Amino acid sequence: MSETTLTHSGQTAPRPAGLKGIAADWASDQRAFKNVSWGKAMMWIFLLSDTFIFGCFLLSYMTARISTRVPWPNPSEVFALRIGGQEIPLILIAIMTFVLISSSGTMAMAVNFGYRHDRRKTAILMLLTAALGATFVGMQAFEWTKLISEGVRPWGNPWGAAQFGSCFFMITGFHGTHVTIGVIFLIIVAHKVWRGDYDVGRPGFFTSRRGRYENVEIMGLYWHFVDLVWVFIFAFFYLW
Amino acid sequence: MAEATANGLGQHALHGDHAHDAATVAVAEAHQEHPIKLYLVVWVWLFILSTCSYLVDYFGLHGYLRWSLILIFMMLKAGLIVAVFMHMAWERLALAYAIILPPILVLVFTMMMVFESDYTLFTRITFFGAGP
Repeated sequence: MSETTLTHSGQTAPRPAGLKGIAADWASDQRAFKNVSWGKAMMWIFLLSDTFIFGCFLLSYMTARISTRVPWPNPSEVFALRIGGQEIPLILIAIMTFVLISSSGTMAMAVNFGYRHDRRKTAILMLLTAALGATFVGMQAFEWTKLISEGVRPWGNPWGAAQFGSCFFMITGFHGTHVTIGVIFLIIVAHKVWRGDYDVGRPGFFTSRRGRYENVEIMGLYWHFVDLVWVFIFAFFYLW
Repeated sequence: MAEATANGLGQHALHGDHAHDAATVAVAEAHQEHPIKLYLVVWVWLFILSTCSYLVDYFGLHGYLRWSLILIFMMLKAGLIVAVFMHMAWERLALAYAIILPPILVLVFTMMMVFESDYTLFTRITFFGAGP
């Protein structure tokens, strides 16, 4: 304990030289992120690795789209919806974007009320966030159904380059999975807030660590990240 | 003891012999409390920017104008989300750099793949002809 606190205070203990020094440096409690709890730091590092996953997906999509000789299907027409006898381009995707941004807004407010220990408002806002997230997934399921019924498959589609389908299903499918997992965890954390777990520091079922209101913020980080990824998918896949 | 460490910085306040530690920690534990109004303003801006990027498609802009507008709106939205909603603007620089710099390096990968896919397209056109 005293050793870990020592490293916090920024003092460096004398270290052995050579290989022993390398082992000591890597084995002991080094702390880079001084005022960030381990939970938040680990969530950020997880999100960083997730960034690379989505980055690779978007890169493979870019590579497929540049290198094909066949024209790419026009997403503006593919994702158009007929409302009131008029084709409106990309309208479903626009609504999905607004839904996800709204859920990010409610999540940010939930974090805020969480730090004010307002259990009721925090839980309600988190459940509202989860509901908006579930709406998003539902609309995505509708979009998938529509495209599949129109003949889009991972190996081909009626409008152009065959890679369109595989890119679409992989990128939006992976993102939809993230949203679904987020909704599940939002409900779990909202339940814990409602029960007052973070007021009494009740240990978590899985981690046995005492819960704090910071857990709401960490949950929020994940949720905002899901929104962030959608910003990039919206720009590169749907608008480009 | 191990538990106290695991539970974060706030617990160190319990240890009197590290009082100076507790002082710096108290600031951190005061945490990310910002006025609700700030979040509402950012929310409204995200709506405006999303509408703008949708209008780029609605009006059928094309070419460099379309691409640059899409990228500008995208970066502004991403910046607002990371800085305000994810509180990165108030975190220590050590964390911000550790998280934000690595994704920028993906741009190097992007450049490599642009060259690679241009070459693939070149060989395809050379050997299979210019598209069906």
